[in-house]
Amino acid sequence: MDIKSILFPALSIGGLGLLFGFGLGIASKIFSVKANPLIEQVKEVLPGANCGGCGYAGCEAFAKAVVEGKAPINGCPVGGAKTTEAIAKILGVESTESVKKVAFVKCNGTCEKAKEKYIYDGVKDCVQAAALQGKGSKGCEYGCLGLGTCVSACPFNAIKIVDGVAVVDEDLCTGCGQCVAACPKNLIELVPYDSPIRVRCNSLDKGKAVKVNCEVGCIGCRLCAKVCPKDAIVIENNLAKINYDTCVNCKACVKKCPTQAIVNLKEQL
Amino acid sequence: MDLLLLFIGAVLVNNVVLTRFLGICPFLGVSKRVETALGMGMAVTFVMTLASIISYMVYEWILKPADITYLYTIAFILVIASLVQLVEMIIQKTSPTLYQALGVYLPLITTNCAVLGIAVINMQAEYSLIKSIINGFGTAVGFTLAIVILAGIRERTDYNKIPKSFEGYPIVLITAGLMAIAFLGFYGLIK
Repeated sequence: MDIKSILFPALSIGGLGLLFGFGLGIASKIFSVKANPLIEQVKEVLPGANCGGCGYAGCEAFAKAVVEGKAPINGCPVGGAKTTEAIAKILGVESTESVKKVAFVKCNGTCEKAKEKYIYDGVKDCVQAAALQGKGSKGCEYGCLGLGTCVSACPFNAIKIVDGVAVVDEDLCTGCGQCVAACPKNLIELVPYDSPIRVRCNSLDKGKAVKVNCEVGCIGCRLCAKVCPKDAIVIENNLAKINYDTCVNCKACVKKCPTQAIVNLKEQL
Repeated sequence: MDLLLLFIGAVLVNNVVLTRFLGICPFLGVSKRVETALGMGMAVTFVMTLASIISYMVYEWILKPADITYLYTIAFILVIASLVQLVEMIIQKTSPTLYQALGVYLPLITTNCAVLGIAVINMQAEYSLIKSIINGFGTAVGFTLAIVILAGIRERTDYNKIPKSFEGYPIVLITAGLMAIAFLGFYGLIK
């Protein structure tokens, strides 16, 4: 066999490759784009779950936005204060304290306490069920259907269905907001972790209608608003609402509520 | 005159996308908006014209004398891949928005069969250097023309009521098919 028949092709093609490579090397020097090294550093300290809880496409997009000043440094709800501090250190700005927020399901209508309109035996998906006649099988059309759409939406396994109602494990919850978006009844809300006094009802029905369907619903009786020393509770559309900024966790409303719709989560769990 | 005929033939009669069915991937992929389609067309024009020149030189001056013409596929791909890298750098530097809009389709010019196809057609037809350049440039203009027209039509069909089963790519493929039939009308232009 002729050694030339291998050597020639190999040399010429290899030479071409080297030539082009060399040309590209020079071109990359001329056309180099300076990527901001800060973006890489910020990305390092982010959780990397790419959950989208910050409103950006992923951790990389968020890091870019933070460095460019388009996103607040405490914009990552998952990382919390620790991440905010780390980002602040990289960017050399003062850390603004971010309050840890957790998801809270505003319904306590478990199997025993809330009535059903009919027996639902369909697809195990709240969105499907909520699109049916009467907005799902639950007597109260605002309540949790308990089919677990939020459970599968949660990237951190922080939600469980207990007695037919979704319950958030607040220590596992990172407040990314995926469940808030997933719930067809809009009854999951992000609330401050440090405020255990919550209204565990989402019903906008009048008192009597609530009573018929559920033992533990808010009937809008205004007793809590009257007893609150800080005026932190208001009744809107027959539903009590706590202002977490002024609430001092005195628990007066928890004792007063006739239907136990206001709960102290610290005590219950 | 010969060169003009070759050019018109490459643009309209032997339109690379609509009669040769080469380069369909970016044709369908980047034809959502006229601006990005135009950007893609420019990038392909640049790559295709240069690829015609350089692959001619490589073929005539290196492969032929060394009697290794059977290696033309590898050699041409090498040329095209390097050119695409160069275009990518230039676009990233000069127009980051276009870089974002073209996305994955920019490096995919490397595997755009139209670019390799033209280099091979030039070689097989034994075109001279000038003819290769005209053919490469004309073909690229034809590609740009086709993709911009399709993008213009797609921008309009976006607002039309389309039966559910035809939404998305099906209607695009039908549109492309109708365009190909229309371009068949140019067949008698050059005899």
